[in-house]
Amino acid sequence: MARQGLFGSSLVKKFWMALTGLFLISFLVVHAAINAQIFWNDGGVTFNKWAHFMGTNVLIRTAEIVLFLGLIAHIVDGLMLWSQNRTARPVKYAAEKGSANRTWYSASMGILGTLLLLFLIMHLWHFWVPSRITGLDEIAGMPGHHDLYIEMVRVFESPVPVVLYVLGCISLYWHLLHGFASAFQSLGINHKRYNPIIKMTGAAFSAVISLLFISMPLAIHFKLLS
Amino acid sequence: MKLTLKVWRQAGPKAQGKIVDYPVSDVSEDMSFLEMLDVLNDDLVRKGDEPIAFDHDCREGICGTCSLFINGEAHGPGRGITTCQLHMRKFKDGDTIYVEPWRAKGFPVIKDLVTNRSSFDRIQAAGGFVSVNTSGNLVDGNAVPIPKQDADKAMDAAACIGCGACVATCPNGSAMLFVAAKVSQFSLLPQGRPEAKRRALAMVEQMDKEGFGNCSNTGACEIECPKEISLEHIARLNREYLVATVTKE
Ligand code: SF4
Ligand code: FES
Repeated sequence: MARQGLFGSSLVKKFWMALTGLFLISFLVVHAAINAQIFWNDGGVTFNKWAHFMGTNVLIRTAEIVLFLGLIAHIVDGLMLWSQNRTARPVKYAAEKGSANRTWYSASMGILGTLLLLFLIMHLWHFWVPSRITGLDEIAGMPGHHDLYIEMVRVFESPVPVVLYVLGCISLYWHLLHGFASAFQSLGINHKRYNPIIKMTGAAFSAVISLLFISMPLAIHFKLLS
Repeated sequence: MKLTLKVWRQAGPKAQGKIVDYPVSDVSEDMSFLEMLDVLNDDLVRKGDEPIAFDHDCREGICGTCSLFINGEAHGPGRGITTCQLHMRKFKDGDTIYVEPWRAKGFPVIKDLVTNRSSFDRIQAAGGFVSVNTSGNLVDGNAVPIPKQDADKAMDAAACIGCGACVATCPNGSAMLFVAAKVSQFSLLPQGRPEAKRRALAMVEQMDKEGFGNCSNTGACEIECPKEISLEHIARLNREYLVATVTKE
């Protein structure tokens, strides 16, 4: 199979992986910022306002389609890379000391990505499907306005989803810790002066985003919010 | 020192191979790893057994012929060295040592520990050169001023000895560090610029054809490379390739 052009070659697959990855990272920022509105501790009033905006604005809904396309591209591209990389070493080593030269998470992006995908399916099922398709309870006195906050409280009442969400966010942390810096290298951005900045930003970003996401189900489950 | 070697034995390219145990005694810590194998082979020949086939040539770390995946690492423990530069003092009396060939689709095993690395030659032949007109109008190399920094970086890249440790180490069996070194050594110099686009495209195309995997930036190659070729060169290849792909005619 010839691997060439804007889609086929190994390098181009990596460019797409990096571009879609950075695009998904930009989405995480928006998502985390809006969800953090629950911490105003106003019974979800501010949060629901933002949720309504995100669910009804035409530009945002268009961006949502692009987001799904980006996600699918990232997954399909990742699966292709993963399967080609498996065939690149038909016979495995009897003894292999990966710990000597690489971090475990940099060599486990496929597994981490799969865990994330499973988490994401559950997550979409919990919130995206009811709010966009099957419908949610409306806020009293505000017809057409979903009460997504009450739905969060409902989902995170039982401990099982809370544990699964925490595990999902831990996978996200490790996936981002390699993915963030790796994307820059794949795009050819590697400079002695900026490498430490990229690395540190990536590490800080992975930690902040994951902790923020983890704190939400925990805060709701342990009734730390009114 | 007394050691137990667990060595991959395989009679031929198509034969089924397996790990075979060999006890070795009287190993001096001043021996190189290859000398230790020489002693073992001497014993095997005396006993009428088939000696272990392994690659070697210069035995001073400059040709890239010796290989061996030793105890889970390319060229064994130690950094910035080839197997011929690895001394037995890195091991302890009583150690068990795994010795395996490079494992990659692009490096099929010929016999025991010897692999066929001609895929690297084909990648090199696809574009790893500068075309020079030899019809009498040669230009003196020193007539072209080159910043010292660029010359040094090109020299660092040119230090690659084509050993294949990067491929052997990479969890994806990717040859990116090798190809990046071979692209960088020219693209950093004015003499290499005219053919830079064609070179990057052709060498990557050949690399993919040979069945090497895709780089995922684990950085393992840089650590195991005997010449400590930097990941910076991979980023340069990524840049050159991206520009060449978008602007080629
Ligand atoms: S880049 Fe390093 S490890 Fe790879 S072939 Fe060249 S010298 Fe060997
Ligand atoms: S034999 Fe030449 S580098 Fe080891």
